[in-house]
Amino acid sequence: MLGRPLLRFVRKDTHINFMRGRYMGLLVSAVLSLASLILFIHPGLTLGLDFKGGIVVEAKTPAPADFGTLRAALAAHGLPHASIQSFGAPDDVLIRLDAGSGKETQTLVDTVRHTVADALPGTTILRADAVGASVSAELFRNGMLALGISLAMILGYIWVRFEWEFALSAVVTLILDLTKTVGFLVLTGFEFDLVMVAAILTILGYSTNDKVVVYDRVRENLRKYRTMPLMELINLSINETLNRTLAHPPRCFWQPCRWPYGAAPHCRVLHGPCCSALWWALLPPSSLQHHCCCSWGKAASSAALKQKQERPPPPEKKALPGWEKLPPRQGFFRVPLAPCLSLIRRP
Amino acid sequence: MYYSRLKLASVLGVCLLGLLLCLPNGIRKPALSIPWRQIHLGLDLRGGSYLLMQVDLPSLTHDRLQTLSENMREALLKNHLGYQDFRIDADKAVVSYLPRTPDEAQAGLTALDALPRLSAGEFTVTKLEDGRIALTLSPESIAAHAREAVTQSIEIVRRRIDGTGAIDPEITRQGDDRIVVELPGISDPERIKALLGTTAKMSFRLVDSNPLHATYPPTGVSLLPMANPADGPALPVYDHVDVDGADLTNAGATLDQKTGEWAVSFTFDSVGTRSFSSVTQANVGQRFAIVLDNKIIEAPVIRTPITGGEGQITGGFTAQKATDLALMLRAGALPAPLAVVEQRSIGPSLGADSIRAGMISLGVGFALVVVFMVLFYGRFGWYADIALLANLVLMAAILSLFEATLTLPGMAGMLLTLGMAVDANILINERIREEVARGRTPLAAMQAGFERATSTIVDSNATALLAHVMLFVFGTGPVRGFALTITIGIVTTLFTTLLLSRMLMARWYALTRPASLPV
Repeated sequence: MLGRPLLRFVRKDTHINFMRGRYMGLLVSAVLSLASLILFIHPGLTLGLDFKGGIVVEAKTPAPADFGTLRAALAAHGLPHASIQSFGAPDDVLIRLDAGSGKETQTLVDTVRHTVADALPGTTILRADAVGASVSAELFRNGMLALGISLAMILGYIWVRFEWEFALSAVVTLILDLTKTVGFLVLTGFEFDLVMVAAILTILGYSTNDKVVVYDRVRENLRKYRTMPLMELINLSINETLNRTLAHPPRCFWQPCRWPYGAAPHCRVLHGPCCSALWWALLPPSSLQHHCCCSWGKAASSAALKQKQERPPPPEKKALPGWEKLPPRQGFFRVPLAPCLSLIRRP
Repeated sequence: MYYSRLKLASVLGVCLLGLLLCLPNGIRKPALSIPWRQIHLGLDLRGGSYLLMQVDLPSLTHDRLQTLSENMREALLKNHLGYQDFRIDADKAVVSYLPRTPDEAQAGLTALDALPRLSAGEFTVTKLEDGRIALTLSPESIAAHAREAVTQSIEIVRRRIDGTGAIDPEITRQGDDRIVVELPGISDPERIKALLGTTAKMSFRLVDSNPLHATYPPTGVSLLPMANPADGPALPVYDHVDVDGADLTNAGATLDQKTGEWAVSFTFDSVGTRSFSSVTQANVGQRFAIVLDNKIIEAPVIRTPITGGEGQITGGFTAQKATDLALMLRAGALPAPLAVVEQRSIGPSLGADSIRAGMISLGVGFALVVVFMVLFYGRFGWYADIALLANLVLMAAILSLFEATLTLPGMAGMLLTLGMAVDANILINERIREEVARGRTPLAAMQAGFERATSTIVDSNATALLAHVMLFVFGTGPVRGFALTITIGIVTTLFTTLLLSRMLMARWYALTRPASLPV
């Protein structure tokens, strides 16, 4: 049953001239990223509980929540600043308070709990979180550290694995991706918290993934078609991998997309990240432009590349111990690690 | 393209083993004593509370300085040396005083240097430039003391929580001065917070009967408030601890027969009994204060010497309060106060909802991928789907093997891994398609497809692996669960795509020898 494929995204003789739009693509991308940067500075990201500190209490009321009663009750307990909002269903209430001093925050959460339970009898508390100011600062630092180090590792890997021209364009496009993602978060107002850090990293990981696939192909074609003009060659590479580029995102997008529906409304923890994943699905068109942009970067150094194209196995590889025994294609890493690693790829 | 029988068997064996390891998650643990490893559900999935507590280390140093300053005074008095302006500087960990005359400085130095130390080099005694004599705690001893205190706190926290009957509490150390308490099933941690937030340092001290001292307490006497303000004004209590609460062997909540009030009865150990009886013998008619965390619970008058080593505290307790106090006395006092700095609690219904939602998402996502792969890649799509299923099974198997904790972000990680896994299969299939389009024979196309796609697959997975391992190492909280499942997922992805799905395709080819590939 269904032994043969029924569908495919693009015909196999697709030849779209992506490189023709390279300046336009880069310009649009740069403008968007710049706009995102401006958005990042003002109004800036909405920090979530993890990074801002404070209290979040989620409650399910027996009847549609009466905000007036709740607000009055909270004000009576000296909490007039509490923000009360509903989310998902009308009987789901979310109460937030900003962080005070450490100790206060931890006792206030109990006050809020009791107040809600007293004001609206029969209410179940779904979630009650309190994060002290010192902890939130620490979480923020750790989160940024994790993000930074992970990014550095990704770039380091590309740098080890590919020539520096690729690494450079990877850096540029990754920055473009990152800024746009941040811009998206500012625009949509999703809370930026620890889970979002993981989501951003996943988005960037996928975006790197796309780049790696295209770069791999560019590199392969550089070896295969030694005389082809660079623009044409990059165009060919993008077209050849187009099916995969288009095929990959939707699934990763369909899946997380299920979260908001399947998990609504309580899994709001993951709502933001999922929508960001959805956003990522929109990236490939732009990411194609990134390829153009990256190739633009490469074109700038095309003289150097041409040189490389013309000299069969790069001399530096020869110098490394263990390389002599391997035929050129086998060369996997540019570091001596290669002979060991090549073992895993022999069927 | 050729797979030996051994290789075939071992790949299938790993998959079967994975299936076997997954089983404990679905079945209740049998009575037999066989290893039964399951995935643990995180607090966000099963409901419960997470408390991050900070040990107040500065107060620990302060306490030690306080004790040392008392010892210093005693030593100076014993040597008939005068002192002025006794000062504790907790920030610098220094106790200092001004000797009466410069001549007495040297004698003071020797007297203080002879003070007993908890550890060699705990403190140094020096003469400052302005003529003061200073006793300074060494940073090493402060650090060692702190380490010990945190370890001890964890032990006491565990005893206290065990006393409440909480099920499966997890108490772990985090960093230098933090303790993480995880309480599955307890979605309102208020009682635990109160229990852990009390240091429960109990002491029995005499009340200074001089009425003047009630307003102007001299050195060595402190004005302590009553625990229950209704019981009266603050009383001047000697700083000297006559009997320490640590000398208790047992404590329990009892209902006082005569008054019908809740009380805490306690028994002293031999040391406590001895000191308690000698103090009560010598001070009949005096008030004896029972002090808990610098608040007086009660201060009864000693009518007769108490020599039996048993006693009772009545302080207008409720049943709950009496039980908790008894529990804290039994478990011992915390060496330093604990403060909650972060708490998260999730109700059981939210956890159940999350699991259901997660399962639905996983199911729907999986189904979508299966259908997609079959529609777009036909027969090879089916193989990719089998590999995907094996991937899911292996992920669950590894998680159960390590008894890892699965959280909601962790489930999201699993879902995202499925996307990554299928991408690897797409890379292979697209490549084979291309090679076929270039006019290669089926065998050559498959071979080229496998080989060329491998480097791309390893590249893309390696970058993701690196990023997520870093995220796991440096991340905190939900991020770690997410990074963990993705890291495991990447490893299983490499296995299932580079070995399993490839082997399935190769076996199919070897068995049927088709003239053209279904791509």
